Amino acid sequence: MQRRVVITGVGAVSPLGLTSDQMWQGLLEGRCGLGPIRNFDASAFDCNIAGEVPPFNIRDYVPKSHRKATKLMSRDIELAVAASHEAVKNSGLISKADEGKTPTLIPQRTAINYGAGLIACDLAEMAQSVRLCVTDGKFDIRKWGSEGMKTLTPLWLLKYLPNMLPCHVAIIHDIQGPSNTITCGDASSYLAVSEAAEMIIRGDVETALAGGGETRINPIGIARQYLMKRANCSSNDNPAAACRPFDANAAGTIFSEAAGTLVLEDMQTARNRGASMLAELVGWGASHSLNPDYTHLEPDGKAITYAIDMAMQQAGITPDKLDLIIPCGTGIPSDDKAEAIGIQNAIGASADVVPVWPTKSLLGHSGAAAGTLDMIVAALAIHTGKTGKAVNFDSPTKDCKLNLLRQPLNKPLNYVLCCGYSFGGQCAAVILKAIKD
Amino acid sequence: MKHRVVITGMGIICPLGHSVAQMWEGLMAGKNGMGYNTLFDASTFPTQFDAEVRDYDISRFVKNAQPHIAGNRGSQFVVGAAAQACKQARIDIETDRPADGIDRRRMGVYLGAGEGSVNNDAFFQSLIDSWIEEKQQPDWNLWVKSATSKMTPIQELEQEPSMPAAHVALLTGARGVSRSCLTACAASTQAVGEAAMLVRYGKADVMIAGGCHSMIHPLGVTGFNRLTALSTRNDSPQTASRPFSATRDGFVLGEGAAIVVLETLESAQKRNAPILAEVIGFGSSSDAFRVTDMHEDARGAVQALRRALDDAGLTVNDIDYISTHGTSTSENDSIETKAIKTVFGPQAYKIPCSSPKSQFGHLIGATGCAELITCIMAIQENTLPPTMNLNEPDPELDLDYVPNKPRKTPVNIALDESFGFGGQNNVVIIKRYTQRV
Repeated sequence: MQRRVVITGVGAVSPLGLTSDQMWQGLLEGRCGLGPIRNFDASAFDCNIAGEVPPFNIRDYVPKSHRKATKLMSRDIELAVAASHEAVKNSGLISKADEGKTPTLIPQRTAINYGAGLIACDLAEMAQSVRLCVTDGKFDIRKWGSEGMKTLTPLWLLKYLPNMLPCHVAIIHDIQGPSNTITCGDASSYLAVSEAAEMIIRGDVETALAGGGETRINPIGIARQYLMKRANCSSNDNPAAACRPFDANAAGTIFSEAAGTLVLEDMQTARNRGASMLAELVGWGASHSLNPDYTHLEPDGKAITYAIDMAMQQAGITPDKLDLIIPCGTGIPSDDKAEAIGIQNAIGASADVVPVWPTKSLLGHSGAAAGTLDMIVAALAIHTGKTGKAVNFDSPTKDCKLNLLRQPLNKPLNYVLCCGYSFGGQCAAVILKAIKD
Repeated sequence: MKHRVVITGMGIICPLGHSVAQMWEGLMAGKNGMGYNTLFDASTFPTQFDAEVRDYDISRFVKNAQPHIAGNRGSQFVVGAAAQACKQARIDIETDRPADGIDRRRMGVYLGAGEGSVNNDAFFQSLIDSWIEEKQQPDWNLWVKSATSKMTPIQELEQEPSMPAAHVALLTGARGVSRSCLTACAASTQAVGEAAMLVRYGKADVMIAGGCHSMIHPLGVTGFNRLTALSTRNDSPQTASRPFSATRDGFVLGEGAAIVVLETLESAQKRNAPILAEVIGFGSSSDAFRVTDMHEDARGAVQALRRALDDAGLTVNDIDYISTHGTSTSENDSIETKAIKTVFGPQAYKIPCSSPKSQFGHLIGATGCAELITCIMAIQENTLPPTMNLNEPDPELDLDYVPNKPRKTPVNIALDESFGFGGQNNVVIIKRYTQRV
């Protein structure tokens, strides 16, 4: 009999708080996590607002045996470690991180599959070395080779390898099964979670941590995004209204930092240990947008349609079975339009009916983490039968026929579809289902 | 239902040449791709040489290079490698109307793809332009003016590790599952392994899989030099990569791209595509030990090897050849040897195992698939590529490393193993194709 994959734990650090519950409550209340950038002086940046995670001390999330290694953690890694800490606790599994207890997480039967972004190095730290390498006001690479580079910490590179997100998490929790790091930009989370589910289904492991983490809130990360014309640079004085998915007055997205982790388990294994199950993963699909303008989706959102088709086919459902859609909904007008068309073409007449709940107006766009945050939201919506509503959706565009959530739902939700896409064109969809006895 | 997965095409751009034939000829002739760094002024760096792809001309491989010429070095290479692989596999590229019999929604891309170089002019100079001596740190408002005057949106976008796959998708029209991973030096072995799983379990009929990477740029060489991972044998680049030798002192940084076309047997037969080999096993694991070092008993490598053998339904007596990770670093070559001995027992001494990195260098994310292609060639030619520069054996390393010259011997089953920073271990096993399983 084919294995089934369930979510037994969730963890998130996001602009709405340091736990998945704080994120969830914030979304229900319509609280906005976006504000002026505090991480560095961004006052001269075209876009100087973002969604920052509230301050935390990484040492609180790391067992004593791994504390020294916190020096090797870039911000992206810290976020992943913090979110995974909550997810493991939330699942009821005991890992090596619980020093002094007998672990129930089985190292070789547990995988980790994480989405990560292009990690920016710490420019302030780098500047300390680069400033030593100047000749006539210009960077002198010969001085860099002979002197400058030696002032960098020897393990410098290891802070910025994307696979160090799952690597640290694997060390902390003693996860010795397969480990993968998906680097498909903003679609990374969905693809990582899909692959982790496949690992469980094919019997490689019974349990997997899967998710994604990324920050772009650093000088180069923010500058990159507005150079690519993805960031909204016209709402610096009004962060709460800045990110407007599918709204006629949308003018770009707002970037944030976050990490989310799911604990996935073979359903039978979860049942055997009496774990509480939030939702089942029943379908996932992926496709590639083909657009020589790699920054944006193809105008007809065809790859979104294909990804959703594949996910629905695996789930064995027709569009009318969907109770909720959590789209990527970035607030980038051309991408929102393409995504709306892509969803509409996938679900046909159901597009008029199925409620659509974008979350980025409150959470911002956390890149490689974004999909996991949305899957956590989907799982909690299924688990509680509640949703928030589409925020900053005041005037629909004429191309978007989607039924954006004007009022929160309060009813049982059986199937929820999440979808996402990335610059570069990777598109993905995942369908979650309520657990029934 | 499980499908048999066969390889129907391969392509490579590497320091030994721009085709599989050139690479193989180079391996057989004892050539190498090493030389002094011509990509930037490394004259004062601890390591002043590397293994570069020279005289690469993307327009030799594609009709329309325009959508790809802004790509980072890895993307440029991977377009050439993918074009070769598709040609051999009889897959039509650069067309909206492919006549190769493959449903594009059933054809995907899976790369172990590296990030591109930062824009060096902008990166270093902006830190100098913004340095405030009194505060001993950069002023971000000055920084952003300097940096954004030099950064271009396209160059920033093309650094993203999701971009090589975007180029391959656009080139081939692939609309199926698209994933990329970046698990350090194990990335393309993992990409091929996971892509094979997608084909085996029916998520795709065809996967274009492999990897690409170039870290031959100032920050890349800096990172590896600080880790003391690179050979510093500046007086003798040609003999610097000497895996398993007592005098090995680090790897030689290479660059390139390698692609294989994976396909269900049914699809390959239906299309009369050439069948080069069959993928029969994949194993992946995580050391979960330390960020910096491999586990001293090679527990991760051992587990990955056992998982792959188990997946293939083989015993230790079935393997004819091991293409090692063999980087020429002190740590890797010792621990890898230990892993092979642990898994294969007395049989370890009877299995020839060699490292083509002694000739084409370490292609980082692309290296695993490049070595897999040498395995395919070993099967086709019944000849093993040698480990060059192995003149001073390390007494602890006493396996049959095929020293210094190629060897004619029957090869039916070959195993390719790759290990990466952070404890990433991946193993793929391929077999000569025969009608019977």
